[in-house]
Amino acid sequence: MFKFIARRLLETIPVLLIIITGSFFLMHAAPGGPFDSERRVTPEIQRNLEAHYGLNKPLHRQYLDYLGRLVLHGDFGPSFKYSNRTVNELIGESLPVSLRLGMYGMIIALVIGVTAGIIASLRPNTATDYVPMTLAMTGICLPTFVLGPLLVLLFAMKLKWFNPSGWYDPTDAVLPSLTLGIYYAAYLARLTRGGMLEVLSQDYIRTARAKGASEWRVVLKHALRGGLLPVVSFLGPALAGIISGSFVVESIFQIPGLGRYFVTAAFNRDYTMVMGTVIFFAVLIVAFNLLVDVVQVWLNPRLRFQ
Amino acid sequence: MPLLSVSNLSTAFHTRNGIVRAVNDVSFHVDKGETLGIVGESGSGKSVTCYSLMGLIPQPPGRIESGTAMFDGVDLLHCSKRQLSDLRGKRISMIFQDPMTSLNPYLRVGEQIIEPLLIHGKISRAEATERGIAALREVGIHDGAARMRAYPHQFSGGMRQRVMIAMAIITNPELLIADEPTTALDVTVQAEILDLIKKLQQDHGTAVVFITHDLGVVSGFCDRVQVMYAGRIVETAHVADVFREPKHPYNKALQRSIPAMQRKGAELYTIQGLPPDLSKPIPGCPFVPRCEYVQPECHAPVHLEAVAPDHESACTRVQRGTLHLREQPPETMSATRIDEAFTEEPPVSGRHGQQPV
Ligand SMILES: Nc1ncnc2c1ncn2[C@@H]1O[C@H](COP(=O)(O)OP(=O)(O)O)[C@@H](O)[C@H]1O
Ligand SMILES: [Mg+2]
Repeated sequence: MFKFIARRLLETIPVLLIIITGSFFLMHAAPGGPFDSERRVTPEIQRNLEAHYGLNKPLHRQYLDYLGRLVLHGDFGPSFKYSNRTVNELIGESLPVSLRLGMYGMIIALVIGVTAGIIASLRPNTATDYVPMTLAMTGICLPTFVLGPLLVLLFAMKLKWFNPSGWYDPTDAVLPSLTLGIYYAAYLARLTRGGMLEVLSQDYIRTARAKGASEWRVVLKHALRGGLLPVVSFLGPALAGIISGSFVVESIFQIPGLGRYFVTAAFNRDYTMVMGTVIFFAVLIVAFNLLVDVVQVWLNPRLRFQ
Repeated sequence: MPLLSVSNLSTAFHTRNGIVRAVNDVSFHVDKGETLGIVGESGSGKSVTCYSLMGLIPQPPGRIESGTAMFDGVDLLHCSKRQLSDLRGKRISMIFQDPMTSLNPYLRVGEQIIEPLLIHGKISRAEATERGIAALREVGIHDGAARMRAYPHQFSGGMRQRVMIAMAIITNPELLIADEPTTALDVTVQAEILDLIKKLQQDHGTAVVFITHDLGVVSGFCDRVQVMYAGRIVETAHVADVFREPKHPYNKALQRSIPAMQRKGAELYTIQGLPPDLSKPIPGCPFVPRCEYVQPECHAPVHLEAVAPDHESACTRVQRGTLHLREQPPETMSATRIDEAFTEEPPVSGRHGQQPV
């Protein structure tokens, strides 16, 4: 197990390096630069600014400088847009917000999705199957940028239960988390149902029933582990999706998270900020995928003993 | 009073391609401590019969259309879910055909073996584990303490079937249903598992319903045998009589297709044709299309009837006395050969005072 984790960690190094290199050069290849929009800047000041941030050096030097600072000091450099702030500071502020939002979204997705999937699988092709599965299909078909405003319209504007946007009150998290989580709840419900149906038709479930196990015991003790395997393998991609979903959701609900910074940074050609958020997202996704693999191995004894 | 008595059991599957009548008006009983063999080709409804009794028929598509199955005053087919759960795994246990898929791959073997104890009685885990190790010892696994912590994939097929047996006998059931317990195993392992079941049965006085598609296995193992075909019982008798005096052409055909029962060098017999499609109505005897002895009267409905003491047949011609299967050319079989081939001890000879020619 330890060897497995160590190997997977080593494998992530080239992956991250490719992501950093790729996005660095792509970003610089895009037309425009960080100081283009500030019209009142004279050419001289612009040159000074560029010299200050090292933008006048050849691109490969800029790349090596950036990589060196990042690897040796964990330093993402200064933000080009928010003067006197480093990217590390900005990420440090906005990451907890994004993580909280993502976590709520994930919890909603897991709790609603898995529960609905299990219920649907117990009586296939009856009302308790059709109702949650139809809802799930609807959830999958609704894009975030439609669902978010719809929820705002209903629960904030009409019923006035929540604020339509912002991130001040604890209840402000409800609507964005729902917006983020519902799609994945729907997806997980379908995956859970499929996995459970597959497992419930296995011979060993019949053995469990023959032993006199109650329906609860059959489902929770004998079926759930195998039935949730497809769900677990989907969690990696789901996290990636929730993160990219957070770009949209944070923009809709005006939440000061990493996603919103990323979107504005990309518009502003805030090079260091874009790089910082990209790398952060990449690390998050890689780390979570590793975690998912570990959980999968742990769930499946056949893999555990290899 | 028999331990289990099944009357008029019919089970059907309502599928897209019609209603498959897998078990059709089946009646039989099992006495305390005896071994009843159920023999028939695959698809003849042996498993469905037993699953019906154990409440293991998937519903839908399955449905138990009629019948009763009395076990100690409880009708297994109509009792509450609770009553059935209390019986199965405790007083009635079951072993399945494929040990590779019948154990839960995600749970430790020990966990699965002691589960019946935990479900059915107030017992501490430690005590249950003790009994689990003892049960493993009884089925010939001696490093039980270590084996309890292993997972099914770490066992061979034969060992898994031993585990299944340990799990089935741990509650000391009165009835053990073994559904083709050796079919999926290597030939050498088959004999070991059969011996093991036999020994456990003798030690504990358990009644056994032993299902097999192999008539050869039955002779040394069972007290009584019933032959199934197309979801019906076509013949039932004491084991010696089933071999000595077949009373149904299907039973006879089965015997002629067993290699060990033929003379060396004799051509092996295969039953022509296929079993009937169970989703189509079968008005007369279901064996008609494959039977060598068909007469016009065979197309009329037929039921199982006593044709000799303790010997029932569902062949119209045997019932009317117009067909005597025993009078067939002697080269097809001989009783002494059967005994040599299948029984360790000679069977109680001349139960009905008749020795075959
Ligand atoms: N779940 C099911 N759905 C439809 N038909 C079934 C199902 N289970 C069994 N059958 C049918 O019931 C008949 C008897 O099967 P079974 O009892 O398993 O035979 P066997 O004697 O080999 O154990 C077969 O024709 C089979 O196709
Ligand atoms: Mg079968």
